Amino acid sequence: MTTGTAHNPRPDSEPSQGLDAPALQERLTSLAARQGIRQWDLGASCSTDTSVQVDRGEAKQMKGAQRSAITVRVWNSDGLVGITSTSDLSDSGLQKALAGAQAASAFGNPEDTPGFSPLATAPLASLDQPSHPPQPILELLSTLQQAERTLLDSHPAIGTVPYNGLAQRSSERLYLNSDGACRHQRLTTASVYLYARAEEEGRKPRSAGAMRLAYGASDLDIDGCISEAAERTISHLHYAPIPTGRYTCVFSPEAFLDLIGAFSSLFNARAVLDGVSLSNRSSLGEALAVPFLSIHDNGLHPGNVGASAFDGEGTPTRRLALVEGGVLRNFLHSEATARAFGVAPTGHAGMGAKVSVGPDWFEIGPSAGSDGGQQGLDRFNTDEPLVWIDSLSALHAGVKASQGAFSLPFDGWLVRNGQARSIEAATVAGDIRQVLQGIIGFEGEAKVTPDGLCPHVWVEGLSITGDA
Amino acid sequence: MVLSAAPPAPEHLDQGWIPRLEPLLAAGRAAGADLVEVFLERTDHLGMLAEQDAITSVSPSFGRGAGIRVFRGVRDGFVSTNDLSETGLLRALEQALGMLGLELSARSASPFEGLGSLKDYGAAKHDWLPRCPAMGEAGARLLEATALLQRHGRHLQARRSQYARDWQEILVAASDGTVARDIRLHQSLGLNVLAADGDHRAGLGRRYGTSGRPDDLRHWDADASAQDVCGSAATMLYAGYVEAGQMPAVLANRFGGVIFHEACGHLLETTQVERGTTPFAEKIGEPIAHSAVTAIDEGLSDGAFGSLSIDDEGMEAQRTVLIENGVLKRFLSDRAGEMRTGHPRTGSGRRQSHSFAAASRMRNTYIAPGPHTPEELIASVDRGLYCKSMGGGSVGPTGQFNFAVEEGYLIENGALTKPVKGATLIGEAKEVMPRISMCANDLDLAAGFCGSVSGSIFVTVGQPHIKVDSITVGGR
Repeated sequence: MTTGTAHNPRPDSEPSQGLDAPALQERLTSLAARQGIRQWDLGASCSTDTSVQVDRGEAKQMKGAQRSAITVRVWNSDGLVGITSTSDLSDSGLQKALAGAQAASAFGNPEDTPGFSPLATAPLASLDQPSHPPQPILELLSTLQQAERTLLDSHPAIGTVPYNGLAQRSSERLYLNSDGACRHQRLTTASVYLYARAEEEGRKPRSAGAMRLAYGASDLDIDGCISEAAERTISHLHYAPIPTGRYTCVFSPEAFLDLIGAFSSLFNARAVLDGVSLSNRSSLGEALAVPFLSIHDNGLHPGNVGASAFDGEGTPTRRLALVEGGVLRNFLHSEATARAFGVAPTGHAGMGAKVSVGPDWFEIGPSAGSDGGQQGLDRFNTDEPLVWIDSLSALHAGVKASQGAFSLPFDGWLVRNGQARSIEAATVAGDIRQVLQGIIGFEGEAKVTPDGLCPHVWVEGLSITGDA
Repeated sequence: MVLSAAPPAPEHLDQGWIPRLEPLLAAGRAAGADLVEVFLERTDHLGMLAEQDAITSVSPSFGRGAGIRVFRGVRDGFVSTNDLSETGLLRALEQALGMLGLELSARSASPFEGLGSLKDYGAAKHDWLPRCPAMGEAGARLLEATALLQRHGRHLQARRSQYARDWQEILVAASDGTVARDIRLHQSLGLNVLAADGDHRAGLGRRYGTSGRPDDLRHWDADASAQDVCGSAATMLYAGYVEAGQMPAVLANRFGGVIFHEACGHLLETTQVERGTTPFAEKIGEPIAHSAVTAIDEGLSDGAFGSLSIDDEGMEAQRTVLIENGVLKRFLSDRAGEMRTGHPRTGSGRRQSHSFAAASRMRNTYIAPGPHTPEELIASVDRGLYCKSMGGGSVGPTGQFNFAVEEGYLIENGALTKPVKGATLIGEAKEVMPRISMCANDLDLAAGFCGSVSGSIFVTVGQPHIKVDSITVGGR
């Protein structure tokens, strides 16, 4: 049996959380054999969460959760796969899951049957993910109450922080299969978010926020989160409508990463095979974007708090060039899609009868060796008015990934003569291919965000609909 | 969390659980909690997907768990767990109490007086799950649907049909004596097509959903549904992009109701009153919408996707008139909402599962029909947008909402003309509600999912055709 372990050893004083991989493997082997199942694999997870929310100094809600879940796949005598998930980890729950998966396997798709990843026993990267013991929930509460108070005190217009939370999680995940693969990862993470609402007499309410992630609550940059939430909220108080028209737009790192994420089917081999991607099999090697753009997927980046060392099929996570020099270089793959394309799996699979494929964490910026587009871009030092898009909303509704189109509300500023004025309400619309071909260049250093690494990105000629 | 050798908890959530829950509730009250509530759940889900002419995914799943909430004053602590053993539940209670600074005590007397008699709303629903189509039958219907899409569609690059069956058994017990059980059944079907012809592309989808009707997949008119979605895709394939700006809009019935859901419905939940994020908090008895608008949220529309016998706090669902002739009448309230805002409970405490505390949420929410015909609404517009089919939407903490138009047409000189795509409607509830000036006489409902503080839940939206005098239409 090969064991891939992607965590630092736990201190002896810290209690073990509970997923016992060897015991689970032995039990599954026995239960499967009893039901005549020769080939199976399993993904398991368990977690303990605590979180707090506050409202004007009072505890609003405090929550805790112990969760466990198992997904079992079995291959029947015809080689077809079936799957079942359950949160019942008792013997009877597992037996029921195996029986359910076996029943479902009768409906497996013979044209597209997943197999074990050939990399399910390959060595894993070593991740630097320091483990933190959980803080008592009343300490979390006190920290968040203080943060809320500081944010409320930062400007008289800020009256409430309606969305806020401080959460911590200890989790484990496993991948096992009947060929002896055994992956196991433990992780602790914490997050804080503060979303303030401000209102001035006779003016509309405005809101903005910030969030931070870390491996433990004690490591969270609370002060940075407060400052950013305050600064962004206050910056939207002095708002005005924007005339409808075409503008050069400067996307914040968060907004551009959101947009690329919403159109990640461009890079998704599963979507290509299903005919719902803008890309097709022959798109590899074609120019997708301006020649100085690079997009990588890199779940292993040290800035990716909570990185997974392996995907749902046990394949190691790795850095993958998606766009280099503006050219589409690779697709994200599962075992099955990789087999269909004649390449190796890339570590981006979920687990299923039909395996999903998805990105981990993007790195976006200038291609090595390129000029990086127009130099010296500075949104506060430009002649033409431009729209600075800070955050996009409603991506679930306003993005048509298979058509390339988007029409999205946003928060941002109209920058004119070096002065930024918040935009009252507006949408930005366009086509992702137009965006990728309309990039003028990058401004500033790339910023680490929860979704990836990206600088500010300038794009020309996007349609903005405003109130004026 | 290793495989458990302990005896399993009772399989069904029935009377047999009461002796196990009463000591738990008593212990919580003895520790100083004002109220203790336990929500037990078992689930049985089946998801199926057909693409082109093959079943490509069958995903059964089973679940069980408990959510324990403890109140002290208006504060609450909530803990969820998959461990339904006595030890697991006691551990969860202890953790919830600890959040409020309370501890279990063997010596304190409990003021808990025991649970009342079980109100069993699930007793007549035991045969629901076995009466649902089995995998083979469901798969055959999905393949029939994708074949019909192929027959009725043109330039189809992708065809999908999806089926989901969600069965849920719940038991709610609280230290105020509440004990109620129910069985819920939701089934939904989705059809999606992607039409492509050169640079022209159109992706369209429809969802159909019901609750409490095991036979609905068998009775579904797949041919009519396939014609509907293929017809829309064919129209939108060559549509141009909408010209953006401020304009009047006529919104079709059924899923057009998402405008009320996003623009106003969320702002009438006590969750928003608590947060201070609704502009309507102090407006009971005052006009907040045009006098043409009457809006209702009810729990028991027959077979509708958002229907409930009881909410997730054990209270019978009600019919709640939210707005009557433009005047705000009620808020949607759950237990915590009543404690914190004073608005009486309306049977609106809802949650996705045991891992969420209940919150005030919509059920079947619709604008009541008015006196006009849809044609009269369209004829009253010189130049505007007709929104035949909506995508999803959202509302933010300032009351600004948005939603996408999947299938739209220009209105010119009182008549529908060219199809247009790429429109997003944005606005603010306070400003838009008074601009809904005409309602037609063709109320119809549609199934949807709503995501918010207590997870993703089954809801119904609905309305007749309505006219909005002016709204911001985003596009290219």
